[in-house]
Amino acid sequence: MTAPFPLPAAAAPHPLLEARGLVRRFGGLTAVAGIDLSIAAGELVSVIGPNGAGKTTAFNLISGLDRPDEGSICFDGADITGRPPEAVAVAGLVRTFQHGRVFANLSVADNVLVGAHRRLTAVRPAWPVVGPLAELALALIRPPSVKAEEAALREEVREILAIFGERLLPRIDQPAYSLSYANRRRVEIARALAARPKLLLLDEPTAGMNQTETAEMLEIIAALKARGQTILLIEHKLDMVMRLSDRVVVLDDGRKIAEGLPLAVRNDPAVIEAYLGHGAVGSAARAGDDAPSAEQPLPLSA
Amino acid sequence: MSETQPILALKDIDTFYGPVQAHFGLSLHVGQGEIVSLLGGNASGKSTTMKIILGLVKPAAGDVLVGGISTLKLKTPEIVRLGVGTVPEARRLFGAMSVRENLLMGAFVRNDKAGITADLDRVLGLFPRVAQRLDQQAGTLSGGEQQMVAMARALMGRPRVIIMDEPTMGLSPLWVDRVLELIRQINGQGVAIFMVEQNASLALQIAHRGYVLQTGRIVLEGRAADLLTDARIRDAYLGGAEAA
Amino acid sequence: MTSWFDHTINGLIIGNIYALLAVGLALIFGVSRLINFAHGSVYVVGAYVGWVAVSVLHTPFPLTLVIVVALTAVLGVVVERFGIRPLAGAPRIAPLLATIGLSFVLDQTVQILFSPDPRAVPMQLPNWRVAIGGGSIGVLDLLIGGIGITAASALFAFLKLTKWGWAVRATALDRDAARAMGVDVDKVNSIVFAVASGLGGVGGVLVGMYYNVITPTMGFEATLKGIVAEVVGGVGNVPGAIVGSLLLGIIESYGVALLGTSYRNLFAFILLIVILVLRPNGLFASRRQLPPEPMTGTFVAPSRPVRLPVPLVAAAAALAIALPLLVDSGYLIQTLTNVWLYALLGLSLTLVAGTSGQVSLGHAALLAIGGYTSALLALNLGWPVWLTLFCGGLVAAALGTLLVSPAFRLRGHYVSIATLGIGEIVALVILNWESVTRGPIGVAGIPPLSLFGYELYDTNAIYWFALALMAALALLQLRLLGSHLGRTLRAVRDDDVAARSFGIGLNRYKGLAFAFGGFFAGLSGAFTAHMYSYINHETFNTQISVLALTIAILGGMGNVGGAILGSLALIGLPEVFRVAAEYRILLYGIALLLLVRFRPQGLLGTV
Repeated sequence: MTAPFPLPAAAAPHPLLEARGLVRRFGGLTAVAGIDLSIAAGELVSVIGPNGAGKTTAFNLISGLDRPDEGSICFDGADITGRPPEAVAVAGLVRTFQHGRVFANLSVADNVLVGAHRRLTAVRPAWPVVGPLAELALALIRPPSVKAEEAALREEVREILAIFGERLLPRIDQPAYSLSYANRRRVEIARALAARPKLLLLDEPTAGMNQTETAEMLEIIAALKARGQTILLIEHKLDMVMRLSDRVVVLDDGRKIAEGLPLAVRNDPAVIEAYLGHGAVGSAARAGDDAPSAEQPLPLSA
Repeated sequence: MSETQPILALKDIDTFYGPVQAHFGLSLHVGQGEIVSLLGGNASGKSTTMKIILGLVKPAAGDVLVGGISTLKLKTPEIVRLGVGTVPEARRLFGAMSVRENLLMGAFVRNDKAGITADLDRVLGLFPRVAQRLDQQAGTLSGGEQQMVAMARALMGRPRVIIMDEPTMGLSPLWVDRVLELIRQINGQGVAIFMVEQNASLALQIAHRGYVLQTGRIVLEGRAADLLTDARIRDAYLGGAEAA
Repeated sequence: MTSWFDHTINGLIIGNIYALLAVGLALIFGVSRLINFAHGSVYVVGAYVGWVAVSVLHTPFPLTLVIVVALTAVLGVVVERFGIRPLAGAPRIAPLLATIGLSFVLDQTVQILFSPDPRAVPMQLPNWRVAIGGGSIGVLDLLIGGIGITAASALFAFLKLTKWGWAVRATALDRDAARAMGVDVDKVNSIVFAVASGLGGVGGVLVGMYYNVITPTMGFEATLKGIVAEVVGGVGNVPGAIVGSLLLGIIESYGVALLGTSYRNLFAFILLIVILVLRPNGLFASRRQLPPEPMTGTFVAPSRPVRLPVPLVAAAAALAIALPLLVDSGYLIQTLTNVWLYALLGLSLTLVAGTSGQVSLGHAALLAIGGYTSALLALNLGWPVWLTLFCGGLVAAALGTLLVSPAFRLRGHYVSIATLGIGEIVALVILNWESVTRGPIGVAGIPPLSLFGYELYDTNAIYWFALALMAALALLQLRLLGSHLGRTLRAVRDDDVAARSFGIGLNRYKGLAFAFGGFFAGLSGAFTAHMYSYINHETFNTQISVLALTIAILGGMGNVGGAILGSLALIGLPEVFRVAAEYRILLYGIALLLLVRFRPQGLLGTV
């Protein structure tokens, strides 16, 4: 009983990403124990679940940073199971990292430009030896086409950074190590956008942000979605998940325990138990149902 | 209960990692025998709070008191000796060592051999499952069993307060219940608990008081029962689930 | 005719001595995550302390051992306390570089105190042998075996049965968790360095007795052998280090039996590379591991590069060009020619280690490849020297990249070890491939530098040629850094996992960095060969690799101007002040130590 709710009718016949039966074990622990996940073009799917539920491990498997012990991943019509991350990125699947892995010594602009790497004409020839040498020659000679491409990209970087208002633009030439945590997360998202991904994986984009910053990020993601960007989102702030998602997948203990429309998932008893916490959640009425845990005496309040 | 000195107190802590500030005037305390929860999302500054208490990171400003003694100038072993036990995030057992060796590492700062032996028996009485696996390598245990060993290990130091970093992380609901029950039992023996959690309702269920940490600041504090029904908590963590 | 039995015994005995080193390296790596390049130097100190005890103080053997263990243990504690501990917050590769600096300091101090000449160690044991089957075992063999087994048992008992032994294991498994249990990790480090150094010191005494000779320069090779054994067994794995050592000893012994003594080290280093490439976690590790966190291997201190004002650079360039006309000192001009050639090497390494984050310790091999290629093409085929110079650069780029390519998948310390091993392999192939390289005799009578058919004998002409070459290539490197490749390489350095996640294939870009840098180094080596007219397999040794790295760090990693300035400071100044050779190496060691500790961003800042 993995999916207590019917999948929304919107699920396209050919999903952009389809992962089946993913399993990943670490020593005695099974971090991901048979997860299916699919996302159609234009969808925003959120993956929620407590820390340690296997969300980031699943992201690592999909983005090629880690190989599944079992299962398959299909992206944009091609099997990418076990493919290295650079190949996955070139195919158009790009991610951010939970703790904000920016290139510390690169400027904000250069960080974002690295995101556009897969779009550069110079990197296209993939033949061994000849490809890299041609790339080197283009980099050193810099014909007008290369210069024009670079200038256009730099202009685009400013446009992307403008999404974040005045947060990053004034710091465009500062090295990333000097940025605040929230700004690093923004740089990461800008870098991912510069790749023009077909599928964008966001791993807790609002971690370490306060309420104002979170609200700002929510608007940004909503705008991306409105533009048609397909997004797979890991997020803890349920409020945000409820507002943004077309579909929500709930993981717990390495398994998918529910999947469906945000409202349906939110009211699923299994989800409330696993994710929102066993027993009392807020209302006294529910707490009353859960006799053993509700009447814990407070020894100090005597 | 008499107004005794708190076992653990953080006063106006500022912490920096390079140019990035992690704490902004953070203050909190844990009374003797209390269970206190610190709630906050990823990257809110929770883990840094743990490091500050253990002296692994030193604050730029403010003071940390364990049993009324400032620990700013103390090294971690000395702080542990004051009675601070730890259950780290993701348990962090010594995987290639036996369960017994892990438990004895918990008593590392103690030198009373007889007392350690007695405590080992006492702790194993509390954790019968652990007793069955004393000679097994800790890394081969399941997640829930590892969590039990981590708690047993913390108890071996005869702590006055145990700081726990997400003790239910990555556990199945069944194990979550067990772990919470054990935390209550440990607390019942007079050990104060300072618990960092992401799961608000779960943490507040067993806590006496709670603090909410957001981007390095305490934004809310109070009795657990009050926090549980506080609309702001619901909004921040539960997405207004109960409103539906 | 020695039998296979003898070869096996011989291999086990040598393996036993390697084990005394490798176990210490494994212990140190376990708790400090550090490959201690000063370990062999401690072993040298042990050997010389033993020699003093036996030859000067005439102590009996057991007392000699006690003295050696005590003094080397104290040395180990001092090394840890003052060399390693202050670098706790620095990048992981920093302590490794510090231990290289320390090894230079210790080796040269021993050399200055005891002279570079080999010394014989008086034998304190009866020299009878027991015949077994087709071979025999001597008293010394039994003694070494006995000491090895005793030391291993004592170590095992310490780790398994004592409180501080548990602390050592716990710290190795999870440093932070151990600290949370109240373990004083500094004390654990001291204990481990004391134990490891004591064992290493014993190894030094035993090897002196076994080969009946000790030299101040034997430490480096000992470090390498210990590292090979440790890598074979799995870095940080103590029982693995023992097995790896015995295996290495036996493989070497059989290899020598088959091919001859000069192949001994070749076997060791090929084993190293094979293990690094195929089983980087050692023979006994099986579990698939997650990619480690970023920044493990780079040595780049966040800093803003110093912007040199254009007029200043222009003035310096003008002075450099005009200098031969202004001063009449052939010595100064020759020295500066050397400076420009080392700057070329520094440019190469600052690109590879600084910009791309691959801390190479085998860069001298590129000089050797370039030098030999150019010299042999000019000598054997009679090609014009300007062409052979160019070919030297190209072959160094191509061959160097090809040789290092298996190591592209490695990170951090492993890159350093692999490049070091590959560098040693190149030197050993040059030594052994006599039909082409003329082996130990070296290549003499290399044609002088020439340009457009004019042979350059004039000191000033050679100076200008070197300066022009260096300046042109420095500008080319600046152009590279300003292109998309510059930021791509720096992205690989800062976080290779994130870089890969944006489509940056590591093989392609590490390959480009090594090829580009290899061309520079090869050209430098080729130029040097024609300038000296003679080279052999020792002309470009590991000391030069380390010197090149020191130049790059002094200038500021990745910094083009820094590489030139670094070369000027480290090659030019000692020459101008006529520092004697052995003190110069000492100076380099101290410079490296101080830089890593106090100014990791170098003079001009990292880029």
